[in-house]
Amino acid sequence: MTDNVNKSRRTLLLSTGALGAVGAGFAAVPFLKSWLPSERAKAAGGPVKADVSKLEPGQMLNVMWRGQPVFVVNRTDQQVGVLESLNDKLKDPESTSSVQPEYVDGLYRSREENLLVVVGICTHLGCSPKYYPDLVPQQFDAEWKGGFFCPCHSSRFDISGRVFSGSPASRNLDIPPYTFLDDKTIEIGNDGEQV
Amino acid sequence: MGKIASSSSKGGIGGWINDRLPVTQFYKDHLSEYYAPKNFNFWYFFGSLALLVLVNQIVTGIWLTMHYKPDADKAFGMVEYIMRDVPWGWLIRYLHTTGASAFFVVIYFHMFRGLLYGSFKKPRELVWIIGMLIYLALMAEAFLGYVLPWGNMSYWGAKVITQLFGAVPFVGDALVEWVRGDYVISDATLNRFFALHVVALPLAIVALVVLHIAALHTVGSNNPEGIDIKKHKDENGKPLDGIPFHPYYTVKDIFGVGVFLLIFLFIVFIKPDMGGLFLEHDNYVPADPLVTPALIKPVWYFTPFYAMLRAVPDMQLGALIMFAAIIVLFFLPWIDRSPVRSVRYRRWPFKLMLGLFAVSFCILGWLGMQAASELYKLMAQVLTAFYFFYFVWLFFYSRNEKYHEVPERIEDH
Amino acid sequence: MKKIILLMFLTTSPLLMAAGDYYIGEKVQTNIRSTESLRNGAKTYMNYCMGCHSMDFQRYNRVAEDLELSEDEMMNGLVLTDAKFTDKMTISMGDAQAKEWFGKTPPDLSVIAKARGLDWLYNFLINYYADPNSVTGWNNLTLPNASMPHVLWELQGIRKANFDIYDDEDGNEHKDFQNFEMVEAGLLSEQEYKDLARDLVNFLDYSSEPAQLIRMSYAPWVLLFLSLFTFMAYLLKVNYFRDIH
Repeated sequence: MTDNVNKSRRTLLLSTGALGAVGAGFAAVPFLKSWLPSERAKAAGGPVKADVSKLEPGQMLNVMWRGQPVFVVNRTDQQVGVLESLNDKLKDPESTSSVQPEYVDGLYRSREENLLVVVGICTHLGCSPKYYPDLVPQQFDAEWKGGFFCPCHSSRFDISGRVFSGSPASRNLDIPPYTFLDDKTIEIGNDGEQV
Repeated sequence: MGKIASSSSKGGIGGWINDRLPVTQFYKDHLSEYYAPKNFNFWYFFGSLALLVLVNQIVTGIWLTMHYKPDADKAFGMVEYIMRDVPWGWLIRYLHTTGASAFFVVIYFHMFRGLLYGSFKKPRELVWIIGMLIYLALMAEAFLGYVLPWGNMSYWGAKVITQLFGAVPFVGDALVEWVRGDYVISDATLNRFFALHVVALPLAIVALVVLHIAALHTVGSNNPEGIDIKKHKDENGKPLDGIPFHPYYTVKDIFGVGVFLLIFLFIVFIKPDMGGLFLEHDNYVPADPLVTPALIKPVWYFTPFYAMLRAVPDMQLGALIMFAAIIVLFFLPWIDRSPVRSVRYRRWPFKLMLGLFAVSFCILGWLGMQAASELYKLMAQVLTAFYFFYFVWLFFYSRNEKYHEVPERIEDH
Repeated sequence: MKKIILLMFLTTSPLLMAAGDYYIGEKVQTNIRSTESLRNGAKTYMNYCMGCHSMDFQRYNRVAEDLELSEDEMMNGLVLTDAKFTDKMTISMGDAQAKEWFGKTPPDLSVIAKARGLDWLYNFLINYYADPNSVTGWNNLTLPNASMPHVLWELQGIRKANFDIYDDEDGNEHKDFQNFEMVEAGLLSEQEYKDLARDLVNFLDYSSEPAQLIRMSYAPWVLLFLSLFTFMAYLLKVNYFRDIH
């Protein structure tokens, strides 16, 4: 075999191999993408409306959105009032590293001060926390000021869904996109005019 | 304690593995030091292509099962769900449906290659018989898969084919009911067909393919000249007319794969139903136990045998003849008694008859797709008779056949 | 069969008979890439067909996307019900109700174009004629004794069909179609109506496989890439096989 043959063979091997690799890459895309949510899943995961007009202060409504619970809480003024005093007990009081839309702040984490809309899934391992609204001492926390407690691994969240220090969860509860369609109705999964 | 070193070990990770699992030896035995005749031609692409299509069917099949439910109420809709709602589902399904037809195209070419060059003859009888078993398993696999979309053709096709079990003497009716798991084709039938299609038969086919290749690599590949390359070896024991499969036939087969994929993907992207040949019109109507399609016919790869079934006015005899047409192929190594393998060194009577045999098989396939008429039925009867006559003729003719002298070595072109 | 061949020579408009015994008078030319034609077809479908025929596997948002319509244009301009954008194009008519009205459930039309073929659908749509002997008052040349009335009659007008009826030597009655005769003109001219039918068939073709739009657009690139790969593989193969011989 001459050097010439050797050289052109190497070039051909490389270029055919490269083309083959590119082709295999293209071929893999449809198979990987077919695992993404289908149109059916997207349709089922579309925005959900909830009537909040009948929600008494302190009451919570559990709404199903994308197959997971979304808590809608009409917070009392008392519940909201203590939020700021809790800041130094929290991991992320300003909610800087949490998942939430741009239009909610770090403290109240809501479009309307009293109405909290939060994904009811613990950011630790995905259990659903329980709602403990009353500002009374609890077994898990003697200075409880109202909020959510996850029975799975004892993560504690305040009434804005912010996680307390000492909890296994590291991130505040997620806030889903939502908007007010009118005074009585919110739509979860829809950013509204902000988009 | 002294150092323990295996004599075969070359050290390193590779050595560590090879001491425990002979990967390198396997690679040598089947690729880099498997010597194949140097004169493979066009017909020798189809073995590796069959392997490619098998992989395609398995991969796309796995992906389809991720989105499909074998439920008589949902199955038809599941296919449409895959075609519309699943991202890229349409491509995965078309790769699978076109793959089914491509499998048979490739296999028929592969089998005809065997007939041309006598690849079934001693010492390759078992390669041929295992190959025939693969063909049988493949037909079962294709039939079962065809039922899954639960279109009207699926339904009535399944009904007609399961009805064939009724041809078994004495227990026929009970057998039909047992196969269907109901009094008619139903949800129970669909569910068991699904299990067989996605688990049982693929396992069997893969196992048979492994055996097919193992048997082939034991006796070595035949070639268009039908010359045994193992008769003339060099001082290292390598066949003089052989070349290592890798890299020579791997690069050649990669080129073959390119050409195949061009045709295959052209069909997938441009004409996936092939005008009703690969995906039949009547199968876009949901299964309806009350309305029979105007023309019940299987997909094209079954039609030669279907034509034989229809040609016989008696159901039991027809079923018998249809199965006999497949079974007879198993005995080919002992039917063709000529010592010469390749058609190249056989005389015109053989060439003529083999040509007629192939043509009549194709015409039978065409007849199997047509609506029954008296003329077509007569043609199918004549051709069915010829199909069997070919083997009888071959049995007697090949015994004292005159042939051209076969050279000792494969000559360079 | 001879009669039909004879007829083909005698009549000015050539008659085509496809496999089976249904009447195909003329072939249809559709263009699935014409968004305008598809939109027209969708509009006709929503207005005239969807009262009875569901399209259970098709979604409004998919149609809107493929026909380049906004959600607003689709849901307020085309869709007559209060369905959601992501809904499938189902209908509320129940099976029992349908059987009472039509004697059978009107079939779902999601994949009808795959099952029947475009020429059949087109001819079915243009070959209605008034028939006082039928239950609905209508009959169809392509699907004789169709249980579906002529929904588009206001557009096409009322036509009657003339047949040549005669007995052959064996005494069997034959009925050969001669021509149509307009009894009452419709809102559309003949050509306008045929265009409407063509667009509707185009939409049904698209709906039978929405993916064909993507499929067709990828095809040339896939094949081009493969040609290049195959060419390189060929050169590589030739290079290696220089070793042998």
